[in-house]
Amino acid sequence: MAAYIIRRVFGALVLLLVVSAVTFGIFFLVPRLGGQTATQLATQYVGKDANPESIAAIKKNLGFDQPIYIQYWDYLKGLFVGADYKFGPDATHCSAPCFGYSFKSHIEVWPQLTQRIPVSFSLAVGAAVIWVIFGVTIGVISALRKGKPVDRISMFIALAGVSLPIFFTGQILSGLFVYQWPVWDSTDYVPFTQNPADWAWHLLLPWISLAFLFSALYARLTRAGMLETMGEDYIRTARAKGLKESVVVSKHGLRAALTPIVTIFGMDFGTLVGTAVLTETVFSLQGIGAYSIQAIRDNDLPIVMGVTLVAAFFIVFCNLIVDLVYAAIDPRVRYS
Amino acid sequence: MKTRRVTAAVASVLALSLGAAACGGGGGNNSSGGGNAKKDAALTSIVNASSKKGGTVNLEESDVPDSLDPGNTYYGFVQNFSRLYARTLTTFKPAAGKAGLTVVPDLADSLGKASADAKTWTYHLRSGLKYQDGTPITSKDVKYAIERSNFAPEALSNGPTYFKQYLVGGDKYQGPYKDKSATGLKSIETPDDQTIVFKLNQPFADFDYLATFSQTAPVPQAKDDGAKYVQHIVSSGPYQFQSYEEGASAVLVRNKNWDPKTDPIRKAYPDKISVKFKVNAVTVDNDLLADKITADLAGTGVQPQTQPKVLTGKNAKSTDNSYAGALQYLALNVNVKPFDNVNCRKAVQYAVNKQSVLDAVGGSPKGDVASTLLPPNVNGYTKFDTYPTAGNKGDVAKAKAALKACGQPNGFSTTMTARSDRPAEVAAATAVQNSLKAVGIKVDIKQFPSGKYFSNFAGVPSYVHDHKLGILSMAWGSDWPTGYGFLEQIVDGGAIKPSGGTNLMELNDPAINKALATAIANTDAAARTKAWGDIDKMVMDNASVVPLFYRKNLLYRPASATNVTVTQAYLGMYDYLLLSSSK
Repeated sequence: MAAYIIRRVFGALVLLLVVSAVTFGIFFLVPRLGGQTATQLATQYVGKDANPESIAAIKKNLGFDQPIYIQYWDYLKGLFVGADYKFGPDATHCSAPCFGYSFKSHIEVWPQLTQRIPVSFSLAVGAAVIWVIFGVTIGVISALRKGKPVDRISMFIALAGVSLPIFFTGQILSGLFVYQWPVWDSTDYVPFTQNPADWAWHLLLPWISLAFLFSALYARLTRAGMLETMGEDYIRTARAKGLKESVVVSKHGLRAALTPIVTIFGMDFGTLVGTAVLTETVFSLQGIGAYSIQAIRDNDLPIVMGVTLVAAFFIVFCNLIVDLVYAAIDPRVRYS
Repeated sequence: MKTRRVTAAVASVLALSLGAAACGGGGGNNSSGGGNAKKDAALTSIVNASSKKGGTVNLEESDVPDSLDPGNTYYGFVQNFSRLYARTLTTFKPAAGKAGLTVVPDLADSLGKASADAKTWTYHLRSGLKYQDGTPITSKDVKYAIERSNFAPEALSNGPTYFKQYLVGGDKYQGPYKDKSATGLKSIETPDDQTIVFKLNQPFADFDYLATFSQTAPVPQAKDDGAKYVQHIVSSGPYQFQSYEEGASAVLVRNKNWDPKTDPIRKAYPDKISVKFKVNAVTVDNDLLADKITADLAGTGVQPQTQPKVLTGKNAKSTDNSYAGALQYLALNVNVKPFDNVNCRKAVQYAVNKQSVLDAVGGSPKGDVASTLLPPNVNGYTKFDTYPTAGNKGDVAKAKAALKACGQPNGFSTTMTARSDRPAEVAAATAVQNSLKAVGIKVDIKQFPSGKYFSNFAGVPSYVHDHKLGILSMAWGSDWPTGYGFLEQIVDGGAIKPSGGTNLMELNDPAINKALATAIANTDAAARTKAWGDIDKMVMDNASVVPLFYRKNLLYRPASATNVTVTQAYLGMYDYLLLSSSK
């Protein structure tokens, strides 16, 4: 087990390194290959008044005058040992993990990310709880009542949930419950550490919007999985042994049907932490998804790199957890 | 089949009900807003005038500013907003209507005293000025603020660099972060703590306007740490930062060391000013309509999808359709054939149906048809129309006559640019294309991303010539509201640059260049103002600029907003020095 974990962690680190190299390449190498000069790259960060002196100063300060491999090496070095920057009268040290400074605002990226990760994480956690509870429950009920009205209605709602984009459901919920009948005074983010009750209350609408989409997906997945599992021979055997139906469904049926759900959940949750762009935008949440959109619009590479690495980390980490959880869920899985 | 129909019907009902809810969003708890004031009341008066102290002004913005550091910003709304925490040598009078264009002394005890040649400008600071920490504000701090904001692009690159351009030795000075000498920039002298003298390399009679820039707000050198200064700005105004989260929010509270006796222009009624950034644009509008916030900080007006809710009905009286101080126009490049011929340019002047262009971008809430370069809310605006057509719908006969005079009786083909991420500009280009087609001018529209429009495409003469880009879409707002502030960057031959230029016509008419230079050297304000109108006429005679429309903002003032007036000096948004709230 320990060897397995070490192997996976090492693999994850290599993967993150590859992700960082590819992202760096896309933003720096590709424009160069497309014929853009370092001066042209620097011009976009100079602001409205792009005179040659400003462009030259920015080019030097952002390191565009260096070969691409040195820029990448400096970036990696910063992650592990920190780096020194000069955006003012004196040089300042950006301590590890130093994701660099924003090309636009010249402020450190890492504190910005740490300020936004809790927002995105809170959004993902709450939504995940809701969608897992509702999605799996509806999926199980639909499977057990296949073809009955409850199944048809559930699947219709599920279809609607999958079909309706978040910017639609989010706007509708917000329009109804914040402005038309103001149940919520605002959906501004309140940190969990400040007031857990307000944290949950203010996030409830974003959670519901997000969970509506995912619940639908999970209901359909669970239903399909349950239908398949409940037709297996061992379920018939379990029933023949005289086990109660609830035990047959929960212990033998659902447990087996859950394995693919857990896999998908790991991926979804990990991905969501860094990419809940629409929900964050609709509800004006200052998460890392919304931050990444701003950074992409500004061509602000250090932020894009930071967000990409954080998002990749969450995906890789969640997948690792999922693989470990397999053993607990499915007795057939063992690590050696 | 039957099931499918039922499903479709259910879906339709659901969609309709959801749609109805969406349209009604913001309606249930609406306040009619703006007290009893009428539509456009804040254009000429102070609406809901109140001298009651207290309350919180809540502002939201759908984007983020370039920076709240007064020395690192170019944004008009930051120039307006920063006056709450950063006093400048001079500023614009917080007043309704035309009076808002008046420059008044702020930190200085009077407007600048100019030498006869308008090359030396002297200001004396008021006595008793203090920062939020109680330390005195000196003229050296103003000098330092200008040095850091204009001469340190490696750290503070967002702001304009007019001081660098106009001060003697500005091209040599390395900025305070590199040049550690005690004297700093020699062309700004501070003989004592109250006096500051600017030595310019050319006569410049608009200097009092430059002194309104947030860059003249004092910065104590000991507290300056370059790009990080934005996180702990030291206030010189009536409010100071209680909190600031980059790209997310800012809260301003009263600065106890601000002495109203030193500040005749600020009333400082609200106790607190709260700003949220990156709020969904539709949410900002909904919050305005539901009276949850006091104003949209960006001040560019409501979103297109909100317009139907405020253009008619009870909300209409709470709107102000203000001039944004900007012009949308076509630049005809005089070095691209056949626009090297003035008659071919005149053909376009007569052929364009300006009304159809305005309709294409949203009609009267978005602007008024333009016939001059200078918009109505810029000092020097003179009303005239060199190429009048009935109803501004174009004149095919006159256009064809001009085409004949230019030797192209059957028309010609040319290429027009537009910015791909500006849907209104693309819509305007399409309308122009249609009206030119009627006289035989075939236009091929090429779109470019706005981020690189000036640096790589329309602002690069060699690119424009190589690709025969005859008509270039352009919008322009001035950095300060005078004819010079508006015209110099777009019609002076000196503004033609190898890249990043904004004189897209490549207009280099010695008479126009001379008229600009002569007028800006004239310290007689009235004569100067008249000159801007004359220069506007000269450019129109040249026919290389086709004014399309003066841009307008459709602003909404909620019921709780008090002391609301549009400031003409800051792009037609509300004046944040005056704005207060009953909440």
